[in-house]
Amino acid sequence: MSQPNRLSGGLIDRSAELSFSFAGEIYKGHPGDTLASALLANDVRLMGRSFKYHRPRGPLAAGSEEPNAIVELRSGARREPNTRATTAELYDGLVAEPQNCWPSLRLDAMAINDKLSNFLTAGFYYKTFMWPAAFWEKLYEPIIRKAAGLGSLSMEEDPDTYDKGFLHCDLLVTGGGAAGLMAALTAGRAGRSVILADEDFTFGGRLLAERESVGGMAGADWAAQAVAELATLPSVRLMPRTTVIGAFDHGIHGALERVSDHLAVPAEGKPRQILWRIYAEQSLLCAGAIERPIAFENNDRPGIMLAGALRTYANRYAATPARRVAIFTCNDNGHRSAADLHAQGIEIAAVIDTRADAPDSDNYPVHKGAQVIDSRGRLDLKSVRVREADGTEHMIPCGALGVSGGWNPNVHLTCHQRGRPVWDDALSAFVPGKDLPPGMTVAGAARGIFSTHGALASGADGAAEALGIAAADVPTADDAPVSQTPFWYVEGCSRAWLDQQNDVTVKDVKLSHQEGFRSVEHLKRYTTLGMATDQGKTSNIGGLAIMAEIAGKSIPEVGTTIFRPPYTPVAIGAFAGRMRGKEFHPTRLTPSHYWAEERGAVFVEVGNWLRAQWFPLPGEKHWRESVDREVRATRASVGVCDCTTLGKIDVQGVDAAAFLNKLYCNGFAKLAVGKVRYGLMLREDGIAMDDGTAARLAEDHFVVTTTTANAGRVYQHMEFVRQCLFPDMDVQLVSTTEAWAQYAVAGPNARKLLQKVVDPEFDLSNEAFPFMACGEITVCGGLRARLFRISFSGELAYELAVPARYGDAMMRRLMDEGAEFDVVPYGTEALGVMRIEKGHAAGNELNGTTTALELGMGRMVSTKKDSIGTVLSKREGLNEEAGLRLVGVKPLNPADRITAGGHLMNAGGPVDAAHDQGYVTSAAYSPDMGSMIGLAFVKSGDARLGEKMRLVSPVTDLTVDVELASAHFIDPEGGRQRA
Amino acid sequence: MIIDHPLLGPRDSSEFVYLGDARMLDRPDPDAPDAARAFYEYGYLRDNPAGPHRELWFHEGGDRSWLVVTRDTVTHEITRVEMARDVARAKGRST
Repeated sequence: MSQPNRLSGGLIDRSAELSFSFAGEIYKGHPGDTLASALLANDVRLMGRSFKYHRPRGPLAAGSEEPNAIVELRSGARREPNTRATTAELYDGLVAEPQNCWPSLRLDAMAINDKLSNFLTAGFYYKTFMWPAAFWEKLYEPIIRKAAGLGSLSMEEDPDTYDKGFLHCDLLVTGGGAAGLMAALTAGRAGRSVILADEDFTFGGRLLAERESVGGMAGADWAAQAVAELATLPSVRLMPRTTVIGAFDHGIHGALERVSDHLAVPAEGKPRQILWRIYAEQSLLCAGAIERPIAFENNDRPGIMLAGALRTYANRYAATPARRVAIFTCNDNGHRSAADLHAQGIEIAAVIDTRADAPDSDNYPVHKGAQVIDSRGRLDLKSVRVREADGTEHMIPCGALGVSGGWNPNVHLTCHQRGRPVWDDALSAFVPGKDLPPGMTVAGAARGIFSTHGALASGADGAAEALGIAAADVPTADDAPVSQTPFWYVEGCSRAWLDQQNDVTVKDVKLSHQEGFRSVEHLKRYTTLGMATDQGKTSNIGGLAIMAEIAGKSIPEVGTTIFRPPYTPVAIGAFAGRMRGKEFHPTRLTPSHYWAEERGAVFVEVGNWLRAQWFPLPGEKHWRESVDREVRATRASVGVCDCTTLGKIDVQGVDAAAFLNKLYCNGFAKLAVGKVRYGLMLREDGIAMDDGTAARLAEDHFVVTTTTANAGRVYQHMEFVRQCLFPDMDVQLVSTTEAWAQYAVAGPNARKLLQKVVDPEFDLSNEAFPFMACGEITVCGGLRARLFRISFSGELAYELAVPARYGDAMMRRLMDEGAEFDVVPYGTEALGVMRIEKGHAAGNELNGTTTALELGMGRMVSTKKDSIGTVLSKREGLNEEAGLRLVGVKPLNPADRITAGGHLMNAGGPVDAAHDQGYVTSAAYSPDMGSMIGLAFVKSGDARLGEKMRLVSPVTDLTVDVELASAHFIDPEGGRQRA
Repeated sequence: MIIDHPLLGPRDSSEFVYLGDARMLDRPDPDAPDAARAFYEYGYLRDNPAGPHRELWFHEGGDRSWLVVTRDTVTHEITRVEMARDVARAKGRST
């Protein structure tokens, strides 16, 4: 039989039939259905198993507050766990599977947990799995992970794209029900820019779910008419399928638009979802209200639902969970469900009303002053046990039970900036407090205004007040006063579910109180009440009410926990947007990148840059072969390395030299034009920050370099010094890192090679252009360039800069012209080897803990002038004789390894932290030395050269006998670089 | 958050980099007799108020100005935004 529980009417499109599958069975539904409504129409109530006890569960609600009916939607890489069946829009070919059940939904082996429930109470894990620690990882955790939890991931890459978008508006209206539609009409008719966002695929909110008239027509028709008008207003943006997930600072709202979730596969070129950032001058929250259940024994069987949800399924979706239904209520709203269902031809077995003065009905029996105290049915509801006012008990057979404990204003977004809801005695519910996010007002049921007319009017007024305009005319609608008398739970119940998603019962709340976890925040964390993906939208208030009763306090005295973003769960993919994989951060390519790619270079990420690490030649099997060859060839003849990635900052102005004098600990005022100087920057606390060179191109013009990794930070620091500390120095800064391609040309034949590309009028002889000279030159027949005679490798070396767009050509030219010298390109590994051989500090040594003194540059810190960091660099603690000093390390046995991160111990002394003598920061194989070498910080290291020590690295199981040496392994006198 | 840049108007805070307490403008006189103590206090001692806080933000994704932003650390309300350079001048740092 097809769709046995399908009713007449409703807002579904019967002209089209959709086929879908759940738990392997094929069913039919219609456009306009959700997965939950279609399953109910097909007489399927059992939709999942609970988190902890694996109890059979069906939908409780008809909207996003749903705790139970969560499924794995779609298959393959698009499978999404924990999707609420109550909001999943039906499409043809939809595939869904129940989760947290094995081997099947109807026969779940882990349901044994339910029998063990006496042990699995609140705090069970805290109490049981306390020791031994090793058991956690190996035993408990895998078991718990398998048994508990919700859906599972596909473990495949998400094939969909997610976008981010930015919107601005005068008014953001969250929720498109009666209040929201009137607010949007008010703002839109006045020509104000307004965004109306609703998580549903159809605007109208409760108007879609009720049988009542607005403006003389059905509520749903009025909503459709309002939407049609809004669509014609140019300043209105309608955003269906869009959940406002958070109200953040300064009117910024996050909103998730499900662009393609109602389709099997996103349309070509369309994202699956868009995460919008909405900048709203004002916002009006029209999020409606959420019905609250009543707790009684075994109140979680499939078929037991909120009474308002039953009404939604019947009126909007023309679906019912059963043909014979009972209602359990403490207020008039439950009777409304009974009347609507009756009108749809559903048999109302009984209305059980806790009030002695409940209203009568001609159409069904009303049990006044009665309560539902238990339920029966293995996989779904078969009957309920009722205790009458006189104490007699009897069973009433029914396939579904609608429960109504009243309605709570949906205050979620009002709490996002720590606003606390306040208790309203008349409604027996929390309503929005005074400390709302700035710019936010609340209208309609979310504000506690429960009549339809009230909602319409407050929406119009809310928008009018927020924007200072006139309210739109409000159509006629029901305006009966609404009162709510609370009834939280049935006396004497214990396994009565409050939080169905996290399996928290009345008994757990009582236990929490008994064990001293009595504040609402403790209650929440001890029992996990309200900590599931639904954030306790239907359950928190019940737990608070019970805690209040046990404590003998009122609910407002006990207080409430608050909600935080996101309103409903959001896929991580939406937050990542397009920033995944290679797009996670920008990739910066050096000017010689494509050339290096042609040469088969191996690249390494340095910050955002890709740099050539080494250039393997055919036949080279190990990276060391390539690196050793590059080092040897450079030291023997000439090598070229792309060093564009070093930060380059142009410093210009009358006070440029004075500015650098403040910035670097060593002096720059007297640096001659045409000269370069090494500079060390300290932080104000006296620790080394960065190093580089400053080249004086003119009296008022320097070019400063920074390390690759620190380029951004150093620039920021320089602007701080300029703007905040010395605001009237005449100096300007601009980063030119990307503007210049820069190549190190190093080796004994470096000059000969450069002479072939530098235009002949520039004399490169040692006399005319000595070590540490710099100048603006031309190359290749007139191309402007800069030349710096600086050396990181220790060889005769230059750095040649040309405008970045000539970088590729320059590299090719250097290779062509260098062929007669057997020029090699070298990568960052060879660069590193040569700087370690030369004892130059780099990032490993400038690691944020070391001082100039420790780096062997103590005398560089000028005593004649003030600069950033000088004062605190003189602190006693940073100047101890026994402090760390940079030295070289080499193994006694050349075959032994040196590892960076290894620690140095006295030969023959104990190996423990208390006797630690220092640590190795950099290590490399030196082809020249024929062994590995390292740089290390060692206590009084400069006084201990030649001392034999032990290098230990417990994590890599290394113990090596080493000797301390000068850090300058190669050419300590510096003759080569001055040649 | 939105920072109302004195020159560029309201800008999203994601364009900025945060540094911290605007007291970092008050670099002590390095030649004063108690310079070591003054620099220690300048470098290490910071108030951590729950309430209005003057702090330094750098418009890295913009015009590279340093700004002094007065922000309530409890509510994130921003009540004042100034060019750090103007603040530094007003403090007499021009000399």
